[in-house]
Amino acid sequence: MLAAIRTWAIAVKEFRQLSRDRITFAMIVMIPLIQLMLFGYAINTEVRHVPSGVVNLSHSAVARHVIADLQASKTVNFINSYDSVKQAEDALRRGDVHAILYLPSDFLRRFEEYRLGISQRPVAQWITDASDPLLSSAIASLRQVPLAKSGLQSSNGFATPFRVVQFYNPERRNPVNIVPGLVAVILTMTMILFTSAAIVREREQGNMEFLINTPVQPIELMLGKITPYVVIGFIQTAIILSLGALLFAVPLPENIGSLLLMTLLFITASLTLGLLISTRAQTQLQAMQLTVFILLPSILLSGFMFPYDAMPVPAQWIAEALPATHFVRSIRAVVLRDALWWELWPDVVFLAGFTLLGMLVATWRFQKRLD
Amino acid sequence: MADVVIQASGLTRKFTDVTAVNALDLRVERGQIYGFLGPNGCGKSTTIRLLTGLLTPTEGEVEVLGYVLPKQAEALRQKVGYMTQQFSLYQDLSVVENLRFVARIYGITGAEQQQRIEQLLQQYHLENKAERRASALSGGQRQRLALAAAVVHNPQLLFLDEPTAAVDPENRRDFWERLFDLSDAGTTILVSTHYMDEAERCHRIDILEQGHKRAEGAPEQLMQELPCEVFELRGDGLRNVRKQLMQEQAVLSTAQIGQSLRVLVNKQQQQPQQWLEQQLSGEIDVQAVRPSLEDVFVANTGTRHVSRD
Repeated sequence: MLAAIRTWAIAVKEFRQLSRDRITFAMIVMIPLIQLMLFGYAINTEVRHVPSGVVNLSHSAVARHVIADLQASKTVNFINSYDSVKQAEDALRRGDVHAILYLPSDFLRRFEEYRLGISQRPVAQWITDASDPLLSSAIASLRQVPLAKSGLQSSNGFATPFRVVQFYNPERRNPVNIVPGLVAVILTMTMILFTSAAIVREREQGNMEFLINTPVQPIELMLGKITPYVVIGFIQTAIILSLGALLFAVPLPENIGSLLLMTLLFITASLTLGLLISTRAQTQLQAMQLTVFILLPSILLSGFMFPYDAMPVPAQWIAEALPATHFVRSIRAVVLRDALWWELWPDVVFLAGFTLLGMLVATWRFQKRLD
Repeated sequence: MADVVIQASGLTRKFTDVTAVNALDLRVERGQIYGFLGPNGCGKSTTIRLLTGLLTPTEGEVEVLGYVLPKQAEALRQKVGYMTQQFSLYQDLSVVENLRFVARIYGITGAEQQQRIEQLLQQYHLENKAERRASALSGGQRQRLALAAAVVHNPQLLFLDEPTAAVDPENRRDFWERLFDLSDAGTTILVSTHYMDEAERCHRIDILEQGHKRAEGAPEQLMQELPCEVFELRGDGLRNVRKQLMQEQAVLSTAQIGQSLRVLVNKQQQQPQQWLEQQLSGEIDVQAVRPSLEDVFVANTGTRHVSRD
């Protein structure tokens, strides 16, 4: 009973302070809004309009046809033509273009041979800036396209043996994948940041010495501190998902209960992580640095940006230790595939376990002592 | 026999390279206002932290209100109040919100809380500042709020660590009125200070220096028992006189105060006034005066302090 009153006292106080801090309060709403717009529109793994150059030594009608077809594919955008490969390579090095289409002077003969199946010699060449693998693989995918589209049958053209059926995101729109993942990133950022500063701030501003001389218990302090942020976490999730549905037609899950549960588990796990940082860091600046230390892998390794399956196994182990990975996985399952929480039990177990263990450690580490 | 609230023996606290508190014996009786007088860094704050259980002593035993520290510190919390050196309430909360928070922490709720807060606002002259944020209060108001917060739960024992360090003399006097009120009501108060006038108001003081207790007693008694004679010298060339007197073994201290020079002469010196006059040449008037607490402090600290054995 007393414990509940004290926990409540801390929570009320924390909420009041938060509501007085206008900039922080504004950030709670603005961070998800701005980042949703930014990432929803900006992040696109489908490569388009790559600035390219062409070295056309063929001067034939067929060559012009091929170039026009490639331009029409929208993958590349020919912005310049060069007289020699040397000139084109210079442009590539300067970064004016990221790909060069080279049509040799005997292009027409090669094309004829290829069409009739006489020779397997390549008809033309793509020179790409492969320092960005994503970009160069997009160009590589153009190898087949133009000749078929040119209406000129290639003799070794074969029918694809597999047929792909795309579930859950048939139009392959990026925002559908990005928006739920963004919930994970934004919650990681705000939740860890708020709580990592929470206890350090009390210490820095001199409140702690008074507080530890009162009957308040470490666990009450911890629980009271995180309670207001749970509410804030849900507000942020609501903002992101509803705007995602509105602006990017990201579906809302049918089973709201599963969404709420997974989100709650992740919010508490992140807050606990913040508290752990808080018991370790001596200053708010240190807390900030430790938060960034957690935040970066949470963005890069969690599967938010790059597919989890593409990572090497040791990196997957690290990813598994991050709450964000489990949440990215489970919120995509819940939002996009209408999965139910008990189907995601490994993630449920991890997040709940993380919170419990973290809370224990944070409470144990927090001493009501100054020595 | 009055009952003992704080009992410590051989209390020692070492930090990595310094001994902040050295073999301190302490006995504080109920209802006393007990002062720690000493310069910054003499171990006052460390002693208070040892007595509240915030720090673990390296050696020695402490018993506060019958609880053995630091083991039973948690049980003690409900019965003591603590006002830290630095303002330790929340700047971005109002006076009432701060008090309500502290009341809840001590488990005071509902009508009882309402009543207690109203009473505190009235006692500490904060009624018309109730809705004001702590950050917008003056130094004196903030001090009163901190004291009000420290006594929300009617503690039997109150620790005040340099409570008036940032407060003007008028507010300081007012603040001490509140302390006497609390003392009359039976609260034992332990206060640390480096102000002489503040120490003089205490029932009993310890003079601390570098973690050692240099003197102990009621201020009045300490002044009477001062093992020095105090003289005030007036005349010309006092700066030179001062230099000259400092050569003498019997002179404990000299300090220029406005137009006069205050000189402490060891009592072991026979007929100190005559002796002093002999030392001086020229038109200098020597007058014996009543010792002040500052004289007691000076006589007991520093390199030339009177030996007490």
